[in-house]
Amino acid sequence: MNLDFEQPIIELEQKLALMKSQLGANDNQNPAISTAIKTLEDEILKLKKETYQNLTRWQKVQLSRHPDRPYTLDYIENICDEFIELHGDRNFSDDLAMVGGLGTIEGKSIMFVGQQKGRNTKQRQLRNFGMANPEGYRKALRLMKIAEKFNKPIVTLIDTPGAFPGIEAEQRGQAEAIARNIQEMFKLKVPVICIIIGEGASGGALGIAVGDQVLMLENAWYSVISPENCSAILWRTWDYKEQAAQALKLTAQDMLGFKLIDGIIPEPLGGAHTDPLSAYQAVKQAILQTIDNLEKISPQERISQRIDKFDNMGVVNE
Amino acid sequence: MAWFNRKEQGITTPTTEKKETPDGLWYKCPECKYLTPSSEHKYYAYTCISCGYHERIGSQEYFEILFDEEQFTELDTNMYSADPLQFVDSKPYPKRIATTMDNSGLKDAVRCAYGKMNGIDITVACMDFGFIGGSMGSVVGEKIARAIEYALQHKTPLIIISRSGGARMQEAGYSLMQLAKTSAKLALLAEAKVPYISLMTDPTTGGVSASYAMLGDFNTAEPKALIGFAGPRVIRETIGKDLPKGFQTSEYLLEHGFLDFIVERKNLKAKYTALLKMLK
Repeated sequence: MNLDFEQPIIELEQKLALMKSQLGANDNQNPAISTAIKTLEDEILKLKKETYQNLTRWQKVQLSRHPDRPYTLDYIENICDEFIELHGDRNFSDDLAMVGGLGTIEGKSIMFVGQQKGRNTKQRQLRNFGMANPEGYRKALRLMKIAEKFNKPIVTLIDTPGAFPGIEAEQRGQAEAIARNIQEMFKLKVPVICIIIGEGASGGALGIAVGDQVLMLENAWYSVISPENCSAILWRTWDYKEQAAQALKLTAQDMLGFKLIDGIIPEPLGGAHTDPLSAYQAVKQAILQTIDNLEKISPQERISQRIDKFDNMGVVNE
Repeated sequence: MAWFNRKEQGITTPTTEKKETPDGLWYKCPECKYLTPSSEHKYYAYTCISCGYHERIGSQEYFEILFDEEQFTELDTNMYSADPLQFVDSKPYPKRIATTMDNSGLKDAVRCAYGKMNGIDITVACMDFGFIGGSMGSVVGEKIARAIEYALQHKTPLIIISRSGGARMQEAGYSLMQLAKTSAKLALLAEAKVPYISLMTDPTTGGVSASYAMLGDFNTAEPKALIGFAGPRVIRETIGKDLPKGFQTSEYLLEHGFLDFIVERKNLKAKYTALLKMLK
């Protein structure tokens, strides 16, 4: 699938493909033709750089939701040497919108937790579009406590349009489950790294996003509300989603500028889905590097730094 | 024929000769239309003596209800909102803040104070729905964090009275992080074993319910308050069905295990006092 702003790039790429397909057997030796191809390739690269380095906030939101974008389990399965998925909250059920388990990267055991989206209609339903119910947050907390018990670092991968707004979710205490997670994550004695890999919407995201280091992928977004819902509330229609995205300043670059996150993991040109392998590699390196840094700090110091960091978030006049 | 029967039909007094009843002498319950003298309405803690309807009151009224002889000291009285995002929707955020300040006489959606409740030292943070729907931005987060800090330093029990539609959109990412900030502070308070009572009033939804409102040692609510994570409209739109009767009310939450008890406002002070005395 291509996004609207990618159209000019697609057209040039099609032109290049056509040019190459029409090459005769001996045309490779023809300097004029190879120069033409080279020129076109350069032009494409230049246009790509211009496009992707100057995306509007709404265009980044579109990229963050690209249907080919790697999801939580894609990252886990591709960066871990081994992964054992762990299920259930021990109270109610196993929420498939929230996944987790123990994995190893270069011999190091890590507890992973994250929201999972589905790639086709059936999967999307099964994963509830990455919108967890209370049992999902409780499952996440259970796994994080296991990690703490066995002194293993925690990596959470955030990708959700929000916590599920449904009758059963309210009945089983969505608000309480999220509040509990936020509070308990401050007390975890092991290193906690949170990475927003796609969408980070509101309390549903924050419910697994309190950490020593909170990182965002370059084209992810993170805010108090989605641009659509913001538009619906402030302008009473969904039509102002682009303005809403602009006003919310929800990109990784914005959030880093506000010091509301700790770092950005670069994505391949065009987004993580254009070259998933290098996206996995970047995330893997970021995880290893960050754990290494965090393990040099004592648990008490990590906890107090974690609390101080969030305590300093906010701008007021007085 | 009874002596009081009207002989002539229709009211004949010209409008110009009608005497107006001065405003504020009577309170008319919006639920059951029962009329009460305002002084009596205040005596019953702004609840209807006929049907028990709890009027949506603000911090000033709660402080007067809870603190002995209406005596209290307010904390951080000068804090007001900044505009870190230069947020503009139908009007610029600073303008919205200024207008709301003028109309409400408040600086933001929470006021914090300490004083005595039946002789017990307490710290109270109370939200005002009249200030942009009681929404939580940096000021609400910071003031609540400092109130928690005050309770922690002085080892006084903490009461937070929530009445909010959720996080404030105009401060976007900053608003979201106030959930984390207040919850972190409450973790420190809990560690110091200082009691915290959360009172949820109508309405308590969104980011406020998903942080400090649900994190009390004791989660309590006024009768018939709307309490939930997602608002009823959002849920209705998502599932495309009507919601069950009584859904997301205090009574519903009590039934599903998320409240310790529901307390009528006129019993609030006595009940909280009794509870805190048992913890001494």
